[in-house]
Formats: sequence, C-alpha cells, structure tokens
Amino acid sequence: MEPDPNTRASTPAADTSIAPDETSWLRSAARGSLRWETGLGLLVVAIVIFGAMTSPQFLTSGNFFNTGVTSGEIAIMALPMTLIIISGEIDLSVASILGMSSALLGVLWSHHWPMLAIFVMVALLGIVAGLINGVLVTRVGLPSLAVTIGTLALYRGVALILLGAKTISNFPATYTNIGVLPISHTQIPWNIAIFAVLAVIFGVVLHATATGRSIYAMGASPEAALFAGIRVKRVKTLLYVVSGLVCAMCGVLWTFRLSTAVQNNGLGLELDVVAIVLLGGVSIFGGKGSLAGVVLAVIAFAGLQNALLLTNFNQEATGIVIGALLLVSVFAPNAGRLRQLGLPRWARGRSGRPTPPPSSSSLGALHD
Amino acid sequence: MRRTVRRALLGPVVLLSASAVLAACSSSGSSTPSGSSSSGSSSSGATSSGALKKGLKVFVIPKNLGNPYFTLADSVKTGGALSALGTLGEPGTETSGTAATPASQLPAIQAAITKGANALIVSATDPSALCPTLKAAMTKGIAVVTYDSDAPSCRDVFINQASSQAIGASEVDLLAKEIHDSGEIGIVSAAASATNQNTWIGYMRQELKKYPKMKLVSTVYGNDDPTTATQVTQGLLQHYPNLKGIISPTTVGILAAAQVLDTSKYRGKVALTGLGTPVAMKKYVLDGTVGSFELWNPANLGYLAAYAAVNFASKKITGASGQSFTAGKLGNFTIGADNTVLLGPPLVFTKSNINNYNSWGF
Repeated sequence: MEPDPNTRASTPAADTSIAPDETSWLRSAARGSLRWETGLGLLVVAIVIFGAMTSPQFLTSGNFFNTGVTSGEIAIMALPMTLIIISGEIDLSVASILGMSSALLGVLWSHHWPMLAIFVMVALLGIVAGLINGVLVTRVGLPSLAVTIGTLALYRGVALILLGAKTISNFPATYTNIGVLPISHTQIPWNIAIFAVLAVIFGVVLHATATGRSIYAMGASPEAALFAGIRVKRVKTLLYVVSGLVCAMCGVLWTFRLSTAVQNNGLGLELDVVAIVLLGGVSIFGGKGSLAGVVLAVIAFAGLQNALLLTNFNQEATGIVIGALLLVSVFAPNAGRLRQLGLPRWARGRSGRPTPPPSSSSLGALHD
Repeated sequence: MRRTVRRALLGPVVLLSASAVLAACSSSGSSTPSGSSSSGSSSSGATSSGALKKGLKVFVIPKNLGNPYFTLADSVKTGGALSALGTLGEPGTETSGTAATPASQLPAIQAAITKGANALIVSATDPSALCPTLKAAMTKGIAVVTYDSDAPSCRDVFINQASSQAIGASEVDLLAKEIHDSGEIGIVSAAASATNQNTWIGYMRQELKKYPKMKLVSTVYGNDDPTTATQVTQGLLQHYPNLKGIISPTTVGILAAAQVLDTSKYRGKVALTGLGTPVAMKKYVLDGTVGSFELWNPANLGYLAAYAAVNFASKKITGASGQSFTAGKLGNFTIGADNTVLLGPPLVFTKSNINNYNSWGF
C-alpha cells in the first residue's frame, strides 16, 4: 500500500514529506523489531551450528570463557548506547571514556592510591565526561554526532596527557585475574556477569518504565515528546551520564583484564559498540529497537568472531564478514523505507503491510 | 527542522561505522626492527632431530597479521618459522589479531590454548599484558617461546635478534672499513630518549676506542621521521665539512641520510652505514652511495624460534642456561643468561648480496 492518504491529509503542508512515514514507522516498530529478533535468533543458532561443526572446541566451557571475556566490555557499553540511540542521539566517545578511565586508574595506582579511592575517582571522571556530552547536546543544542566526535578526540587526548607513553602494569593479581579466571565454580567471566546484571536492569528500565517509554517517544519525535510533557533534555543528559559511568567501569575492567593501563586502551571500540547496537535492530534514526535484540546481537557478534578465530579463518578477512553483516543489518530494516523513497519495484522488499489509519491521540497528530 | 538535520547527520555514521569495521581489519601497526642481530651464514647441517616429537601443535603468534616484518619471519616461502615446523613434521599455524595491541592479540593466544597447543611462539605486544594468559599456558605444560619482542616474566625462552653489543660494535667496524679507520664521523639516531638507540650508541663509543683516528663529532636525532631525519642530516653535513662517515642505527634514519647523500655533492665522499632494510636501501647500495649496512634476518629468527619451541615441547631442553640444541640449517645454539637465545651476528648487506633479498617486502 502506498503512503497512507489519511495520514497525509492530517498533516500540515510543511511536513508532508516527513511526517507520514514517521507515523507508519512508529506503528510498525513493534512488529518490525519482533521479526528482527526472530531473525537474529536464527542467526545465533546458525553461528553456533557453524562453530560446532567446524571446531570441536567451540562448545567447550573454556572457549565460552574466552569468547565472553574478550567481548565483555563491548557488550556492556552497548547497553547505554542502545538507550541513547533509541532516544535519537549517539555517543561516539565511549571508547575514549574507557581509555581515559584506564589512564586515570594507571596514574593513581602508580601514585599508590588505595584501590577504593581510585574506583571513586574513575567513577566521577566517567560521570563528568558523560555530563559534558549531555550538556553540550541538550543545553547547548549541538548535534550529538559532532559533540561526541569532539569528545572522542578530547577524552583520548586527556588519556595521553595523563599517561603519556607510559605503561602501568603492576596491578595486583587479585584484580588482573578477571582476565584469566572465571567466577569460582562457574565458567562465567566477571565482565559477562556484570553485563548480564546490567542487561536486565537496562531492559527493565527501557521496556517496563515510563522513562523507557519516554525514551522511545523522544527518539520517534522530540517535539511530540516535549509536547507530551516529557523532560527530553533531562532524560537525555541522564542517559549520557549513565553511559559515561558505565564506560568508566569498562575502563577498569579492561585495564585489569589486560593488566595494562596504556593511553590507547580500547582505541576504536566505539565502532564495534555502534555496530552491535545496529545489528540488534535499533534504528539509527531513533525511536525503535529492543534490548533483547541488542543482547542477541552481542551473542552473534562474539560467537561469530570466536568461530572464525577457531577455524583459522583469515583474520584479515574477518572484518569483511562482520562489516557485511552490519551493512545487511542496516539495510534490511530500512528496505520498507526505500519503497517509500520511490525505488524500483525489485528493491522494495516485502513491506506491503497495511498501515493503520492514525488516531487523534497518535504522536503523529501531535507533531504539529 | 531539527529532526531533518539530525537525520542528515546521523546517516553518515552508518557508513562510518561500517567502513571502520572494515578498516580495522587492514590496520597493520608495523613492528620496526628495534633489536639486534642475526644471521646469514648457514653453518653445518647437523640434523640429529631424532628425539624430537612429531605432530606437535605449534602456534606462531606475531604482534599482528599483515605486517611484512612478521610475514617474513613466519612464512614457509621465506624459510621462516612455519617452514622450520614443516621440516620437523609439526602442524604449525600462524594466528594473531589485526592490530598490534594486547587486546587484539590475546584472543588468538587464548584460541590457540583452547585448541590444544603444545607450543606457542609469540612476539609480545606488551611485556606484561599477556602474562596472565601465557602463565596459564605454561601451567598447562605448553612451551612458550617469545621472539622479536619479549615478555620476560612469562615465557620459557626468548629468541633475541641480536645483542646490543654486536649491533653497536659491528656498525663501527663496517664504517671503519669504508673510511680506512680515520676521520670525523656523526650519528643520525632516532629519538633522544630511545632506549635501544642509546644503548647501541654506547657500544659504538666503546668500539671507537679501537680506532684512535676516528672521531665522533656529533649525534643528531631524526625522531624516526623522514623529514626531520633529512633536515638533521643536512645540518650535520653543513656543520662538519670534513665529515667522513655517518652511522644511522635506525631504518628511517639511514634511508633519509642515504637520500641526502645521493642528491648532494657528498655522494661518494661521505660513507654511510647502519641498520636498514634491503628493499628500501637497494637503490643506494647499487649506485654506490652506501657501501654496506646491516640487519638481522627475520626469517632466521622465526626459524630458530620454531626449533627452540619444538625442542622445548619435546622436553629436550628445559630452559636452563647452558643447555644447547640444534636448529637445522642454522646450527647449534646455547641458552644464555635470562633464558635467552641469541640469533647471532647481524646480516651485512652489500652490492654483492643485496639482490638476494628482493622478496623481503621492506
């Protein structure tokens, strides 16, 4: 069915080009993401079968530990990133906050600070870093892409100033063992356990609270959310602060896991994090996606990388597989959209679903 | 309107992130030769490897993949580590990450352990970050050999490219031969704070005592940047018009200095030697700007590391200093202090042999 005539009729002239698809997008969001997660689930199953068939070690507990511990921090950082992207923004400074926190941890440890005090300082640093992002985006009103590309460079620069060319590595084994030893009596790495707990918390907040629903609303249409009485700026600032804090914690985990504080820790990880969130079915335009999808994407991402490693797949080519997967994940959910942009019939995908007529209470109606 | 703007800005992120994932797989931090000595001469082919086990799973784990230096050290074609393992009947595998960082290299090491490795041959991306994992491997009875870059506290043996003494002394000897033991000389180093450079220069000063008519007049620092190295070399030549020779113990410095000497009135009047790579330096050796220079042979380094690893995994050696083993075409080696095996004196390149190294790729 072509763009809904009713929607078009109810929209002011200035908005005709945008508003109609937005309403239908919002409506199909729930169904679309459901299908997406089913697909991801199948992908995970396919990867597990592929891994198990090609390597007898794939389904061993030791390999479960290795796979988990390698991807733990990326997985954790994907959680706040999911909420930020659903709210219609982005945070590209996550890996730099990780690196800056790692550097601060190293510097303070080399100055013989007690570990507890260091943790407090690192947490404060993460909160401040997130607050700077949040204020620049919401209060100053700058686009989050530009702001966080700026702080990506800025925070990495702070790490470089803190540590210079030094490497701090004399951390006590009690801490660095998180890189080689699972939680006792299990095969679960510490960082994955933390991920699991946080995933539940973030999932509940996103899907079962008013705040969570407001995040979807502001991502779908900031103006509508504002008119609906949602404190858009406050919630977005809070999301950045939470992201900063979580990334700072990842900096600590990363440093201990690799028993090394060095200024380039985690360099470039932001792209893995964004890739996973998009693979999880979260729309880069905001307002759409689910935490379950992102968790599945984490599993798919980690499992695929590990399976390729175990099968002696050419490591240089691993990026091609993962990059292609990402492109497909960005393309597929938008296939229906391309149809509305007037692409040829062969490129339209299977989005012939009917669009329900708008009701007066829909966000689309509030748009003006 | 705001949303339209935001959409326009966010769009590129998708491309950005996708291309970055792709780019990540081609990044190759290069490991600049920064070490020491090696090889060349093939000595007696003692091949009594009767007691060595066959079928050992040996994993060769360079700092990163796609790095020409390690490709040379590891490949079958070049006579590196995998070629030695093939000769010994061991299934060897090269694996690593795509970036030369511990975070990228560790998953490959862990996967190798998971796959039941008998021996690991590792060029450490960090002297300590790999330790918890490498120690866990040693606990499981896996032989851990480091080559090129050491992780001193968590390996059985380190295969050292060359001793600092050999690098420093042999470069002075090479230059002395070309300038007939007399005249003013200068050094084009990398950074003033570079530990390896300063160590080598210290040994050069020591060796210079053997040549009373040679006088070191200045050491300049090119910071391993081609432009800076070119400028400081030009400055050195202008300040010391009687300069007879230059030593540059850095591959970047020697190349820049060669370019200066090749394009100026100094060609043939000022001798140049140091640490260089044969493919880059070939032009200057063939046209007479550079008489000779040196480097260790990375392929032999990998080859020796493979023999050491198989000897360890076969329990023929345990790492105690003084033990010796045979490394195929390279002959006998003895484990020295700090469980280190020295590859040998550096390989000297001259007009007569430089064409044999066209396949090195750097």
